[in-house]
Amino acid sequence: MKQKITVAVSGLNNIDSPGPGIPVIRALKESKDFDVRIIGLSYETLEPGLYMHDLVDKSYQIPFPGAGIDSLLERIYYIHNQEKLDVIIPNFDAELANFMKIEPLLKSDLGISMFLPTQEQFDERHKANLFEFGEKHGVDVPFSKMMFNTSEIPVISKEFSYPMVVKGKFYDAYIAYNAEQVANYFNKISAKWGLPIIIQEYVFGSEVNVTALGDGKGNAISAVPMRKLFITDKGKAWAGISLDDEELVNIANRVISSSKWRGGMELEFIKTAENKYYLLEINPRFPAWVYLAAGCGQNQPEALVKLALGQNVPPYKAYDIGKMFIRYSFDMIVDLKEFEQISTIGEL
Amino acid sequence: MKIKKNVAISESGFIFNPTTGDSFSTNPIGLEIIRMLKDDKSKDEIRKSILSKYITDESTFEKDYYDFVMMLQTNQVADDSE
Repeated sequence: MKQKITVAVSGLNNIDSPGPGIPVIRALKESKDFDVRIIGLSYETLEPGLYMHDLVDKSYQIPFPGAGIDSLLERIYYIHNQEKLDVIIPNFDAELANFMKIEPLLKSDLGISMFLPTQEQFDERHKANLFEFGEKHGVDVPFSKMMFNTSEIPVISKEFSYPMVVKGKFYDAYIAYNAEQVANYFNKISAKWGLPIIIQEYVFGSEVNVTALGDGKGNAISAVPMRKLFITDKGKAWAGISLDDEELVNIANRVISSSKWRGGMELEFIKTAENKYYLLEINPRFPAWVYLAAGCGQNQPEALVKLALGQNVPPYKAYDIGKMFIRYSFDMIVDLKEFEQISTIGEL
Repeated sequence: MKIKKNVAISESGFIFNPTTGDSFSTNPIGLEIIRMLKDDKSKDEIRKSILSKYITDESTFEKDYYDFVMMLQTNQVADDSE
């Protein structure tokens, strides 16, 4: 018999640059051990997941991360009062800091469990600190440097050769071929995501990623590698395939073991023609393609819920190789009444 | 020349390299050559087999075989260990 639980999930923006919420929910709905009621947490009224009633049972708007932890706490208390939440899975980088701060309080006051990285883990894998992270945990990382002002470009141009990668602290990355482009991308990204901007050495090769789950004690519960087969103009995978790449899985296991990573994560690598792996980024939550892991036999969101609930989760041993995912877009027809409801009372 | 152990080859000539995620398709003769390489046949054995079955000459075989194995190596389906 399945255990009945209520899980709140954010990241319902199932758009062309999708959040991981809907894939996480699909994986949870396929759980063999849980009968899951899903509570959607949204920031915008046009997040498609709000209207996917076959996957999301009830949704609530929550305050933007900039509003701070007090407003978030107040909203979670209200939602919990209605829904009796067992677990919350936040899926946005930008909201994680707030959720990490309230994790102990939600557990002690309301009995709500989460399974998030520690503040230290969250900080040290930050794009701005990734080079040091690589040195500490024995993983190759392209040389990178923080940049706070366009006046630094002449110095940067001497330290890095073109092309170089210009990255935002949360999202966005562009390849710049000259100083003018660096300045353009600096302004474009900083206007959206703030400072610093990260300049990273460009490494040529193919991009391979790993979705993984660490138990916080140094064990990798799951690690599934994937190569993007079709990439959108935003650099997102529209199709991908699971790989038989022992070296890549070993690197992921090493990172989890050495950092004692707690929670879901995505590791993004470049594999060079010489079969050398460079870690480009660590995302401190599941990627939007995490449903592929479930499709390959490793249901990472289900395992994360078990870990959050304090259950014993043995590491997965195998996954299906050569399994593909292919995204598609789908037009939902939505009654204006529903849009009105989420827009006015913040619940649907 | 050795076909990598984990490379999957189907009856239809569809080749999947699970390490890189790349897939390819080849015609029946290509499939035949790949199978012989997988069975550790030498280049001489492959040449004899192809020349006995198909109407072609040695120089054409040499040129096409070289092109084909280069393609297998470039795409990491095979490595050059003898």
